[in-house]
Amino acid sequence: MTTDVIEQDSHDEHHDDSHEHGKMTGIKRWLYTTNHKDIGTLYLWFAFIMFLTGGAMAMVIRAELFQPGLQLVEPDFFNQLTTVHGLIMVFGAIMPAFTGFANWMLPMMLGAPDMALPRMNNWSFWILPFAFAILLGSFFMESGAPNFGWTFYAPLSTTYSNGSTAFFVFAVHIMGISSIMGAINIVVTIMNLRAPGMTYMKMPLFVWTFFITAYLLIAVMPVLAGVVTMLLTDTYFGTSFFDAAGGGDPVMFQHIFWFFGHPEVYIMILPAFGIVSTIIPAFSRKRLFGYSSMVYATSSIALLSFIVWAHHMFTTGMPLFGELFFMYCTMLIAVPTGVKVFNWVATMWRGSLSFETPMLFSIAFVILFTIGGFSGLMLAMTPVDFQYHDTYFVVAHFHYVLVTGSLFSIYAGAYYWLPKWTGHMYNDTLSKWHFWCSLISVNLLFFPMHFLGLAGMPRRIPDYALQFADFNKWVSIGGFAFGLSQLIFLAVVIKCIRGGEKAPAKPWDGAIGLEWTVASPAPYHTFSTPPPQKDIDNADQHEH
Amino acid sequence: MTNKEYESYYVPNQSHWPIVGAVALFMIAFGAGNYVTDLSKQESGYGGYLLLAGIALVVYMLVGWFSDVINESLAGKYSHQMDNSFRQGMSWFIFSEVMFFAAFFGALLYLRVFSIPWLGGAGNNVETGAVLWPEFKAIWPLIKTPDGTTTTAMGWYGLPLINTVLLLTSSVTAHFAHSALIKNNRSQLKAWLGITILLGLAFMFFQVQEYAHGYSEEMRLFLDSGVYGNTFYLLTGFHGMHVTLGCIMLIVMWLRVLKGHFTPENHFAFQAASWYWHFVDVVWVMLFVFVYIL
Ligand code: HEM
Ligand SMILES: [Cu+2]
Repeated sequence: MTTDVIEQDSHDEHHDDSHEHGKMTGIKRWLYTTNHKDIGTLYLWFAFIMFLTGGAMAMVIRAELFQPGLQLVEPDFFNQLTTVHGLIMVFGAIMPAFTGFANWMLPMMLGAPDMALPRMNNWSFWILPFAFAILLGSFFMESGAPNFGWTFYAPLSTTYSNGSTAFFVFAVHIMGISSIMGAINIVVTIMNLRAPGMTYMKMPLFVWTFFITAYLLIAVMPVLAGVVTMLLTDTYFGTSFFDAAGGGDPVMFQHIFWFFGHPEVYIMILPAFGIVSTIIPAFSRKRLFGYSSMVYATSSIALLSFIVWAHHMFTTGMPLFGELFFMYCTMLIAVPTGVKVFNWVATMWRGSLSFETPMLFSIAFVILFTIGGFSGLMLAMTPVDFQYHDTYFVVAHFHYVLVTGSLFSIYAGAYYWLPKWTGHMYNDTLSKWHFWCSLISVNLLFFPMHFLGLAGMPRRIPDYALQFADFNKWVSIGGFAFGLSQLIFLAVVIKCIRGGEKAPAKPWDGAIGLEWTVASPAPYHTFSTPPPQKDIDNADQHEH
Repeated sequence: MTNKEYESYYVPNQSHWPIVGAVALFMIAFGAGNYVTDLSKQESGYGGYLLLAGIALVVYMLVGWFSDVINESLAGKYSHQMDNSFRQGMSWFIFSEVMFFAAFFGALLYLRVFSIPWLGGAGNNVETGAVLWPEFKAIWPLIKTPDGTTTTAMGWYGLPLINTVLLLTSSVTAHFAHSALIKNNRSQLKAWLGITILLGLAFMFFQVQEYAHGYSEEMRLFLDSGVYGNTFYLLTGFHGMHVTLGCIMLIVMWLRVLKGHFTPENHFAFQAASWYWHFVDVVWVMLFVFVYIL
């Protein structure tokens, strides 16, 4: 770490030593930090460790499903694995990884000295390891871990749950607290700490997507807290919210859960849109096509996401009007989503493209996410969903949007900003290996699942009928290959932190954005004084 | 937003409070998990103690953290922009609380508008009514559940009405206190704020009375008396917890006023507490309408 040359404090009376504090050393630096870059790093590492943990569970799942019959694990333990795999990937890997990006990049992109509420920022992070310690700890309890699926439908999670439900509920509660505080911090930073001259419509699209995501979080995480609370009282205190005998309704669980759950899936994809909208213009050497339409499309996706939740419940039983309403609203989302895909393609159109690793992951994102979007549209057709629901087709759908969507965007972003974070270029050859191995194996892993689902293989089962054997074998092979490929990424990151070719302040010639105006690695404190107007104008993503 | 304000945005030093807070939340979650689990097995364990210790640690953390913030504020380290950050943070926090209550109100509405009529045979559910629970009558308040648990409904007249008046008045007095603060009339500020706190405490007192009445042999309205009891106790219970929290905030503000804190221009904490109080008040009005009257 060479560059600590930033502290030209403005000397007005208010000012005190606040910016002169440097890093603490050792573990205290990480425990007590109020620095957005430190906290971003913590989030990113935590997310990656959780990703590997959840990934290990997936490996066991795929090993069990390698051939029909029960080989490795008990069915109940299998259910625990699928449940915790889902919970970890959603709440422990994808969401914290995006929060890590937000922490690292938002202040730099906005020209702000830090996040608006730095101490709360640290608190938000440090709750997470504890929450997941509780969740993972339940594997070692008598009762075993939760086994009712990441969607924890009542009565599986109430009447028929094993003894660890209370731990699950309280773990979700504190995770929720962490997410809400993180989201409030993001909203306030964006509303209040933009550099003078950076109007809303001059913000990078990346910032916009996190802004809207944070609103979604503030709106729906409390609903999740509410539904797990009802679950807790139903299980332990004799209430009957989800029990018809006491006047309640198990279907109500699904309504409340999916009112949270559907916006939640957009919480996991909107930031991905932001990352990809940063990277594609950079390697097309053009401005983003249709910046404003991107902002409006993102907002309308977010708004629509509140009125489509029951597309997860077509087969559960709803009045006909409900089935139709939710079908049409869901299909409507394809319009703004289509606008986005169109704009990314139009950005590349006649650009002078080059295919560095971040760009490769971004292009793969555009294509494969679109496949996931199309399977979503198929699922959105009520009568058709009656056949697809709860089959591997759904599993294929959400892994295309979440793995080749959200996760690929995270990789794209990581490669794009690693030089800024570490001060070194990553090993290009290894990163290409990572990309191509991931790309091939991920499709081997998830594409056949479509056919399995169409042929009627149910999801969440440890054993299956013989006719599904061939496809499952290939899927498992793809799974192991994909799992191993991710270790290449780990190697790339470690190598990159430890050394490598020195990165210039702006390693990508087509990149725009305030983060490239500071040195690589980014100094511990950036923008203690706001950037000049000309830098802000240069960072504007509008076409000129 | 001028440049000068921007440059003086205060980035605090490293602090150990957040990690203390994270440990405390861990103790609360893990303690509560153990406590509830043991309770269901009718065993006793250390969960309850861990929970209490966690709560104590949270209180310790809040006191420490807030006194750091107060000292920084008194030392004039906070710019106008910092004040804005706090204000916006508090508003969005209150919005998240609104959504928390929305989940429970949503459940109440769903039960009343959909699932209970369906249980009684409405829509295309004739079979449910005829085969499953032929005796069941879909009325609200649901004083007899499908499996036959009976209870009594809480009227809106009497305690709930008194409580409504108390809380509405307290919102007005809180507003008077704020106006007094802005006019820098300290004695009026103390008086109005004091009255607000007393009204809040009276509300809490009557709420406890009401619960005692509900749990009496005469009413037999319990938490587990079917969905009427469920929604009644969870909605009023969470509201009551928020009133308690609001009261604590107001008391802290009152003590700070006595110590001479806050100026007409600079009183974010006071403002936040009073916003919170108004929010609690609005939730009560919703409760009064949807839980008690209708
Ligand atoms: C064009 C956009 C999309 C449409 C029309 C769509 C539609 C659907 C529908 C109808 C289902 C329910 C299928 C069933 O259970 O029978 C579903 C499931 C799911 N979708 Fe999507 N979706 C879209 C985009 C996304 C995105 C962007 C994500 C996440 C990043 C996502 C994540 C999920 C997940 C996780 C599930 C399965 C939940 C579960 O049952 O475990 N979807 N989608
Ligand atoms: Cu959905």
